[in-house]
Amino acid sequence: MSGIMSKKSGLEIGGFIAILIAAVVAPFLFPGLQTQLTMLWVMILIALTWDVVGGQMGYNSFGNVIFFGLGMYTTAVVQVGLFFDVGTYTDAQGAAGFALTTGQYFSGLALGLLISALIGVVFAVVIGTGLLGLRGHYFAIGTLGLGIAFGEIFAGWDWVGAGSGMVPPLFPSGIGLQPKVFYYFMMVLLTAVTFFSLRRLYAGRFGLAINAIRDDEDKAEAMGLRTTRYKTIAWAISALFLAIGGGLAGNVLGFIDPRDSAFAGATFGVWMVLMAILGGKGLLWGPVVGAIVFHVTQELFWTYLLGWQRVALGLLIVIIVVFFPLGILGWLRERKPELFGYRVEDEEAASEGNAS
Amino acid sequence: MDNIDILIQAPIFNVQLLLDGVLIGALFALAAYGMALVWGVMNIINIVQGEFVILGGFVAWSLFQVGVPPLFGIPAAAIALFILGYLLYKLVIFRLVDRDLFISLLATFGMSILLQQLMNEVFGADVQTVDTQLQSWFIFEGMVSVPQIKLLAFVLTLVIAVCLVVFMRKSRMGQAIRATAQNARAARILGIDTDKVYATTYGINAAVCGAAGALVVMSLTIHPFQGLAYTIRSFTIVVVAGLGNIAGVVASAFGLGVAEQYAGFVLGAEYQLAFVYLLLVVILMYRSFMLGRQRKYLK
Repeated sequence: MSGIMSKKSGLEIGGFIAILIAAVVAPFLFPGLQTQLTMLWVMILIALTWDVVGGQMGYNSFGNVIFFGLGMYTTAVVQVGLFFDVGTYTDAQGAAGFALTTGQYFSGLALGLLISALIGVVFAVVIGTGLLGLRGHYFAIGTLGLGIAFGEIFAGWDWVGAGSGMVPPLFPSGIGLQPKVFYYFMMVLLTAVTFFSLRRLYAGRFGLAINAIRDDEDKAEAMGLRTTRYKTIAWAISALFLAIGGGLAGNVLGFIDPRDSAFAGATFGVWMVLMAILGGKGLLWGPVVGAIVFHVTQELFWTYLLGWQRVALGLLIVIIVVFFPLGILGWLRERKPELFGYRVEDEEAASEGNAS
Repeated sequence: MDNIDILIQAPIFNVQLLLDGVLIGALFALAAYGMALVWGVMNIINIVQGEFVILGGFVAWSLFQVGVPPLFGIPAAAIALFILGYLLYKLVIFRLVDRDLFISLLATFGMSILLQQLMNEVFGADVQTVDTQLQSWFIFEGMVSVPQIKLLAFVLTLVIAVCLVVFMRKSRMGQAIRATAQNARAARILGIDTDKVYATTYGINAAVCGAAGALVVMSLTIHPFQGLAYTIRSFTIVVVAGLGNIAGVVASAFGLGVAEQYAGFVLGAEYQLAFVYLLLVVILMYRSFMLGRQRKYLK
């Protein structure tokens, strides 16, 4: 048994190192694709964080994107608001006269991300106490309503630029640091931290608790599990990483569209759900695989189906959900369970297990 | 808060808002009834609902562009949408019956994005309306206006609703639909072709939405990306009213219409839709708290 374990973890460490090397080399190997590569990490991050609530806990949320949007707006508002009046800044649509010095920029960014994380978690707890009492599709539709309401509110709020969106401050030039490379590595770092935190959490009591909630909430509660507490924690963890990710993504994109921060149409809100399902929800690696496949497909759509890419995306959602609800890894797990560490129940495997 | 002052100083505005709310609420009731029907019979929450409404509007609008009188647009939209609904059932929806509810939610959401984008490609992203040349009546010394088209739409909505109820009560297919809603397995044993019943139910739902859309394009405006708002309105109405309760659907539709008019007036038009969505969240939260006290859950 131990031999198998060490072989497996050896393989895993090798895999992580390979991914790390690929991640570090990629932006220098393909300098033209730096923004797309950064967005790939954003996609992996949002799929991972959706999966905490949607996959592992079985609460199919359409509203997680609000934390992403909150992070985007909070970071940008803090970055600007520390040094200028936000109202006049948005009125000027990011015109000249609002340049930040290097020190101002980075301190604003750090503080902005910190406050985003804080607001995300507080907001998640407040909203969660109301919404997490709902079950199944009522929860899904409730979060859907919340997600769209958010976009509408930001699209009507003049202070943050209303429908025409908001522009985060410009990256300071002449310090020998390229904004694209900087945000790429920030995103890689954040995604890696998220991935390993979730891996650690899923392996412990927390993971067992939220999986129990997914399998049968009433029974879990009857067994003495504080379901409400665990649900709120899971929702807050998802919000924490999403809000920070949103803060970075807003700076990566260089423009915050209120529609991007909400669940309406083909934006991050539906992508994060779709990617997790495509890869296999409820599996740690599922969202990662799903995000990579989806992002590449989407970029190809943009390149070759320009004008029709959103139509193709709608079609893709239907096809994936209807014909492929298990996802890539879920399908693989059904075919080859031994790859996922499941013991195959037959004579040979059983005797082998006894011998070792 | 100036607008609240206006409401108190000039109570006549309340009459205007109430009237507008009820007249518009009737349109929401049609789509909501369709959603309740599909939900009750097939156990599918149909996010495409709103897109059916908008598409019905575009069918009526296109016919109007080529010179067909707008009133003929209503049956035309209903028939076109019935065919579309039937086809969609045969293509996709039948795979969603008896599946996890989340699958049907997400799949119909994908279809709604697909239809939105197709409408955007075909009809363009402009706000469209059909000018019926009908005037408005003014009552209370010209303080309150009653647009004749909205009144007409209200009456037609009632006619369609009555036709639906009679169809469900009296016709063979209506009885089969009700039987399937009660117990699909027993209905199948008794020789009802449930697949056909489902297809027809979905088609009827689309047709009702299409007719509603034709009325919407005459009395309000339509836009390819407005669909989701109608879906959420329908869902809110159904959650408040409960399934299979047409009087409740009508009453809560009027309530939503009035609430929306007041929100639009007090908060400003840009927050009117946000209010609708938040209202849904608040209603769901309220129900979850009430049921939580009794240790029951919304299921």
